Amino acid sequence: MKALILVGGYGTRLRPLTLSVPKPLVEFCNKPILLHQVEALVQAGVDHVILAVSYMSELLEREMRVQEERLGIRISLSHEKEPLGTAGPLALARELLNVDNEPFFVLNSDVICEFPFKDLLQFHHSHGKEGTIVVTRVEEPSKYGVVVFEGDTGRIHRFVEKPQVFVSNKINAGIYIFNPSMLSRIQLRPTSIEKEIFPVMAEEGQLYTMELQGFWMDIGQPKDFLTGMCMYLQSVRQQAPERLRTGPGFLGNVLVDPTAQIGQHCTIGPNVTIGAGVVVEDGVRIKRCTVLRGARVRSHAWLESCIVGWSSSVGQWVRMENVTVLGEDVIVNDELYLNGANVLPHKSINESVPEPRIIM
Amino acid sequence: MLKAVILIGGPQKGTRFRPLSFEVPKPLFPVAGVPMLQHHIEACAKVPNMKEILLIGFYQPNEELTRFLFNAQQEFKISIRYLQEYAALGTGGGIYHFRDQIVSGSPEAFFVLNADVCSAFPLAEMLSFQKEHGEPNSFVILGTTANRKQSMNYGCIVENEETNEVLHYVEKPSTFVSDIINCGIYLFKPDIFQHIGAVFQKNQQDMLLNPYDGEEPTNGWHRAEAIRLEQDIFTALAGQGKLYVYKTLGFWSQIKSAGSAIYASRLYLNQYHTSHPERLASNKEGGPKISGNVYIHPTANIDPTAMLGPNVSIGTGVTIGAGVRVRESIILHGATLQDHCCVLNSIVGWDSTIGKWARVEGTPSDPNPNDPFAKIDSETLFREGKLTPSITILGCNVTIPSEVIILNSIVLPHKDLNRSFKNQIIL
Repeated sequence: MKALILVGGYGTRLRPLTLSVPKPLVEFCNKPILLHQVEALVQAGVDHVILAVSYMSELLEREMRVQEERLGIRISLSHEKEPLGTAGPLALARELLNVDNEPFFVLNSDVICEFPFKDLLQFHHSHGKEGTIVVTRVEEPSKYGVVVFEGDTGRIHRFVEKPQVFVSNKINAGIYIFNPSMLSRIQLRPTSIEKEIFPVMAEEGQLYTMELQGFWMDIGQPKDFLTGMCMYLQSVRQQAPERLRTGPGFLGNVLVDPTAQIGQHCTIGPNVTIGAGVVVEDGVRIKRCTVLRGARVRSHAWLESCIVGWSSSVGQWVRMENVTVLGEDVIVNDELYLNGANVLPHKSINESVPEPRIIM
Repeated sequence: MLKAVILIGGPQKGTRFRPLSFEVPKPLFPVAGVPMLQHHIEACAKVPNMKEILLIGFYQPNEELTRFLFNAQQEFKISIRYLQEYAALGTGGGIYHFRDQIVSGSPEAFFVLNADVCSAFPLAEMLSFQKEHGEPNSFVILGTTANRKQSMNYGCIVENEETNEVLHYVEKPSTFVSDIINCGIYLFKPDIFQHIGAVFQKNQQDMLLNPYDGEEPTNGWHRAEAIRLEQDIFTALAGQGKLYVYKTLGFWSQIKSAGSAIYASRLYLNQYHTSHPERLASNKEGGPKISGNVYIHPTANIDPTAMLGPNVSIGTGVTIGAGVRVRESIILHGATLQDHCCVLNSIVGWDSTIGKWARVEGTPSDPNPNDPFAKIDSETLFREGKLTPSITILGCNVTIPSEVIILNSIVLPHKDLNRSFKNQIIL
């Protein structure tokens, strides 16, 4: 089976992290975002993953070769020379997708959930039509495009963009399965699959929905990245609690890489991810944060709702909060206060940032 | 023999020092670990032949002041008395009212010091300067150099550069007059009272000629007796060959607002290297890490993993937990700083508690370090309707919960906060 992942461009929404590392390789809960998806696809029987990328990255190519080896699958990079939207990349990869008559998965690279690929494949076979899209329930449907469908069968009637009156609380979760026949609907030009392709398929009765169980999050920007982390860790708590760190000094769901070192008299959690080789010195308080590989958090620092970039250093008695994101190799000097700072890679910070801003 | 008078003001003054002046008369607020006034008294007691120190003000006699006077007399072995004005009589009216007390015992000269200044107090230098300048009965003002802009917030002195005679004196001019400013520290001969007396007589005559027809709560005597040394006396004495200025290069600052208390603490702590090295903490085995000048009262209980300084004063009975950081701050007696908290540019009130990992931070109001003549700005609390970022002040018995931040805020006494606050006055 095959799957196409819409990786897209530079991941600007996740800057400053994506200035150092292509978005698919940014670790989410100690695993590159892309691998969460690829590993789930492999489990469902996928043996060929196509990444639709709009820029080439040697780092990404190299890492994909490693993963091909590790997972025993094929990974192709389909490179669009100009932006092709959300449907165009399918046309570009037509040759790779259309080799047999099997359905293939398509997914947005920013979504994180308990990927239901096996159920999706089964449901797709059961209704026998051209496509199935996964939907998820949201609290405020007026902010999204919602999907109106038949409750019993899942057959989609229509899509409504930002509905002012309630019509549905289910939105497109960015996870699909299609029969190769649908490829004939897409031309090689910039096209939106949501706006130009799906409505037609729905009208022809060829598009069905399957409702997602459990959490779902688009982690394309730092604030949602952290919210997604909280959801993911809660799902780890239910599925595989042994992966979480517990004991004195740990509160709630905390994921710590075995190579990280945690000092004495710290309180870590709830909702913290600590990456490989990270050093957390004594007396540190961290909650609702991701600390990426190789970073150091020095004594008595206090961190809430932050992403600490690779190999960054947070000084003693530093306070960071309100979605402060440090890029790679940032140094925050002792005793500073960072409130919602977005710090580009390789910066050394010598002054507090009392109000949210970008530090170039 | 010599005497000294310290003008300590009264409870209606020092409002810029709130909320700290609610708990203790401002002159007794600790600066560099000891009451503000004690620096004056130490300087006076050091002058040879000093026989008596008189405090003049309009505070009701109170326990703190009485206790302070008692202790100071014991320590400095000198007569120290408090003379209470019946009303605020101004800097000249106060000493005139108590002139008999001042001249009793026939001192050949006496100093007058304002309590709300911080200075190296070069009193001996003023005495020798007086002997070398002008007629035997001339008076001396201590002056210092300010920058042009800030000079206009002070009393400005124009001198004869050769003789140091004061040619012109003006209080807080609206345009630039001189960059030599009045430090609020004077050396007088007893015949200063003739000059103040003349103003008093004139005031009284004016009143008889132009009787006040409104309702006045105090009697006419009060209005005649309210005399300001600066505007009423110095202005008249300038150019008469009676008034001289001794310009000091030593440190000097006003202590008007609470923010200036942290700056004044820094100046005094720095002076301790020569005057009181025993008051400065040092890095010792089993003690906290000390960086720069730090005063720690012997009764304070400080975890060895804490880090203090520079410019920190820790009062009696203060408890400081593990991994606490304090810099540029005054921690008043009985306060508790719990583990890992961080206190920067703040005054922590008596018996207040700061929770674990909390951050209490202010913005320093120090003079421009690149201008050797810059003074601390007399801050206004609000600018364009917004609270100007200042040091953070926690009043007496305030509780700050764990993990919050209190930034550039003033917390009035006896408050239990339950969240973070920034740039606010919390009533």
